[in-house]
Amino acid sequence: MSGNEKLKAYDKVLAARNTARHMGGYYIERLIDDFIELHGDRRFGDDAAIISGIGYLNGVPVTVIAMERGTTVEERIKRNFGCPSPEGYRKALRLMKEAEKFSRPIICFIGSSGAYCGIDAEERGQGEAIAENLFEMMGIKVPIISVVVGEGGSGGALALGVCDTAVMLENSVYSVISPEGCASILWKDSSKADEAAEVLKLTSEDLYKFEVVEKIIDETDRTQDEICSDLKNFILSEIEAKKAMSVEDLLAARYEKFRKIGA
Amino acid sequence: MKGILNFMKFSKPQTAVECKKCGAEISASDLSDNLMICPECGAYMRMGAWERLKMIVDEGSFCELDEDLKSSNIIDFPGYDEKLSSAKKASGLSEAVICGTAEVGGNKCAIFVMDSAFMMGSMGTVVGEKITRLFETATTKKLPVVGFITSGGARMQEGILSLMQMAKVSGAVKRHSDGKNLYVAVLTDPTTGGITASFAMLGDIIIAEPKALIGFAGARVIEQTTGEKLPEGFQRAEFLLEHGFIDMIEDRKRLKYTISKVLGMHRK
Repeated sequence: MSGNEKLKAYDKVLAARNTARHMGGYYIERLIDDFIELHGDRRFGDDAAIISGIGYLNGVPVTVIAMERGTTVEERIKRNFGCPSPEGYRKALRLMKEAEKFSRPIICFIGSSGAYCGIDAEERGQGEAIAENLFEMMGIKVPIISVVVGEGGSGGALALGVCDTAVMLENSVYSVISPEGCASILWKDSSKADEAAEVLKLTSEDLYKFEVVEKIIDETDRTQDEICSDLKNFILSEIEAKKAMSVEDLLAARYEKFRKIGA
Repeated sequence: MKGILNFMKFSKPQTAVECKKCGAEISASDLSDNLMICPECGAYMRMGAWERLKMIVDEGSFCELDEDLKSSNIIDFPGYDEKLSSAKKASGLSEAVICGTAEVGGNKCAIFVMDSAFMMGSMGTVVGEKITRLFETATTKKLPVVGFITSGGARMQEGILSLMQMAKVSGAVKRHSDGKNLYVAVLTDPTTGGITASFAMLGDIIIAEPKALIGFAGARVIEQTTGEKLPEGFQRAEFLLEHGFIDMIEDRKRLKYTISKVLGMHRK
């Protein structure tokens, strides 16, 4: 982004999808030291659309779970263009339980057009995998910080989004449905996606206003170094604050964070 | 018993119904007496929430909760107000779910019943709030929850706030579960999207009606995305049973018996 001009909703959708935009893997590289990737759901397979593992955030051991779509064509195919399969969500949950066992805070990076839509994903219970994460994450006894870095596509994004603190990069988006999907249902015309993006209220400002996210990391006129440094400092301060809470208080506050939405 | 027949084609309003499967003309009252199952071909038709309650709960035992909660256009979505009022008119309901306490075969329980005649049973903040409150009440009162589910998913017209209801309800289901309380989910046609990806799949015991459509992604979306031809019976109840995602398929006429039996075995 150059210039001072703020982007419109659909411009933000396009920016969030831009293949040049950094996804979860990049933020692991920039924020996490000594990262060790851990693979597999111990049930069926390993989903390359989710990179997960352990490392240090400024000396603090953390578990990191990140959606990644890849940067080269080969990598994109391998990572299924960043659309997680049930195995990805189950791997994420396995590592969250492990994080709980070893009292490590969890950081999730969200950026995907959505959970993979495929026959095999349905056969292996895409819905069940997401549901299980929503259910279990509400009770994980360590702090969870979720950061939307790209497109937060519906239930597939929320499956890493049940957290204590939700953060969005300024030009990321987070929506119940893609603007194209919304436009084709609403106006039988997916080319009206720009209008749909406006009415869906999916920008970081909208979500902050709705109190769905607690923090926006500014991107306009800022370097990657500045963005990463801001993000790192904010995550660190949130982890410190959440660690100071009793487990009981932490889980009560997490429940309340979602409980109040639409109450 | 309002709203029970709205989803069907009427040849004459309220008197005769055409079965979409075999084309038989059935009188509305005969169909209702037969639990919305075509007497000619056995096809299951969708049931309204009140009809469903009548079929399941012991007579006179139902006590509705939060019936006064009504949706409003919270994100100023174009056309949503009109959509809400036409849904109310068409279904005779104030929202896509009815919640309350009841007895089923003499077993006290909390019950929620969704209705696809109200905006395809989609979940906005009011549906999410009503079901959350029901689970919270059931947790406090140590009651089992029986849920009859039918829904197209999260309600687009309430944007991100609808999506967040998936997490909110799942959290309430967790608290109920942590209190060692039973949740029986009954999946009926259709159960898709964000509902499958939240409380539909969180039952201790998951029962489905025969041939009910149950899935996460829409079949058309899958075909368009992957270019693959969908196998016969894809995302039907039988498909989910085969793949290990539901406990059983039960005939509509036996549902009350089976649910009563399950509730009885979990009596405290």
